[in-house]
Amino acid sequence: MTIAADNLAFGYRGHPVGRGVTLEIRAGEVLALLGPNGGGKTTLLKTMLGLLPPQDGSVLLDGRPLAALTIPERARLVAYVPQSHQGTFAFTAFDLVLMGRTAHGGLFARPGAKDRAVAASMLERLGIAHLSDRPVTMISGGERQLVLVARALAQEPRFIVLDEPTASLDFGNQGKVMRQIRQLASDGLGVLFTTHDPNQALGHADRVALLRDGGVMAEGPVREILTPERLAVLYGAPVETVVEPGGRTAFLPG
Amino acid sequence: MQPLRSLGGGAVAASVLFLGLVVAFTVGRFPIGMTDIAVALWSRATGVPSGLSPAVEAVIFQIRGPRVLAALACGAALAVAGAAFQGLFRNPLVSPDILGASSGAALGAVLAILLSFGIFGIQAAAFAGGLVAVAAVYAVGSTIRSGDPILTLVLTGVVLGSLLGAGVGLVKVLADPYNQLPAMTFWLLGSLSATSPADLVPLIAPVVLGALVLMALRWRMNALSLPEEEARALGLPTGVLRVVIIAAATLTTAASVAAAGIIGWVGLVVPHLARFLVGPDFGRLIPASAVLGGGYLLLIDTLARTLGPVEVPLGILTAVIGTPFFVWLLASSRGGWS
Repeated sequence: MTIAADNLAFGYRGHPVGRGVTLEIRAGEVLALLGPNGGGKTTLLKTMLGLLPPQDGSVLLDGRPLAALTIPERARLVAYVPQSHQGTFAFTAFDLVLMGRTAHGGLFARPGAKDRAVAASMLERLGIAHLSDRPVTMISGGERQLVLVARALAQEPRFIVLDEPTASLDFGNQGKVMRQIRQLASDGLGVLFTTHDPNQALGHADRVALLRDGGVMAEGPVREILTPERLAVLYGAPVETVVEPGGRTAFLPG
Repeated sequence: MQPLRSLGGGAVAASVLFLGLVVAFTVGRFPIGMTDIAVALWSRATGVPSGLSPAVEAVIFQIRGPRVLAALACGAALAVAGAAFQGLFRNPLVSPDILGASSGAALGAVLAILLSFGIFGIQAAAFAGGLVAVAAVYAVGSTIRSGDPILTLVLTGVVLGSLLGAGVGLVKVLADPYNQLPAMTFWLLGSLSATSPADLVPLIAPVVLGALVLMALRWRMNALSLPEEEARALGLPTGVLRVVIIAAATLTTAASVAAAGIIGWVGLVVPHLARFLVGPDFGRLIPASAVLGGGYLLLIDTLARTLGPVEVPLGILTAVIGTPFFVWLLASSRGGWS
């Protein structure tokens, strides 16, 4: 199963952000969307989710236009993990994850035993079952991000799209969240995440797309695409490469 | 801890309602004992003569009974609409008249008083005014396509509400200062003193209808209170839901304002109290708000008619209680609206 952007132009009415984007997310694979801030990553991601209408071209789900699906149908296939949760009310982690079941019931349906079981098992799967009864306003940023991932999993989707999943997290939590994301692809989901950190793409993605000024500069397997030369062009700044004797690579701003 | 909180909280809300019912029936210029009320209700239900004096029966069924039901319906209506709007507008400081239901109803009512309509004419004009005002706000708000639709709607409500307020002012200037103006002032401050048995159907029917819709949609209100894009990504048709919830909440608010005039604060304060008791989950919050709102307004209304030789308008009492509560709320809930 795939989600693809086909010659996609995205942005807002009267305010185009990017165009000519062709990309594909495949089941079991992690695709990182890498680029400097302001490069149009979030807008592209929202268009791929169907939250913004394409300005031109289309988003295709297994060749069918995403726009042909109803809102609940879409939610059962593609789940979204926002950058951070800014809810108004202090729902418990369990209640927030339970909201992931919205698309699986009717408009008037009360969440049933199955929905509660799915929510509980997703909290379990991410190792945060102990947070179930805690208000999400009272837990750490990293824990909250895992709750949002659990909510996305409760949708039982085929694809998960994450917007800068570690942007507001400290060093230790970044690793924790990224390892979970990697695990999702091993479980057969297609994953797309945005990041401005090349090391994150290098460490956790299978493929990477470089997004600059609203267009894809290069796309392919991370090892091939992520070179210091390309990154220097992408960010408009020199980049240094550090290589460990074991062969592991990292990039540093030069 | 969560189920315990909800069970305990629900019991507290039910106790407030029970206390409100007992106090409202028994206390007053003509005190009636609990047993008399039980006897009278029993005899009404079974047809067996109660043996009570006709005066006692009249107070129970003609005077206090309708007023109790009206207070119950108005309190529940305003509280449920307020809870729904706080979720819909993702803002805990919103009250049910944010889209102009009360100011529209006020203009309808003062116009009807100016034109010397009877009591039913005034109520019908108030009800229609509330519905028309909210429909106008929604129509204008949704033609403006820039930025956040929710914020646009709220701002349109504020702007049109102040225009309607100017209309009310104009009508008051034109009114006869000896009869019409006091009637307008009294109506605008809210009161249930003139409630008669005939008022109950036009009040209770729309309140029940609107409240049933809000009850049916209450589980969806959780996800709807999240940021717009999260709600849609979770599979909620947010646009349709918004229209239905606004229509239902406006129906209950307009019916309550038509029957009792403008009673502020109930729709703002009660949902907060209910949230304090049962938590933010709308599945529990909506019924808890209804129960607590009914009990709250019963207590306030009993206070209003027993406090002094003249009845105190309800809007004044709810403001006197609501203001310090609100200040306390602002000071104490920095860490999220639990």
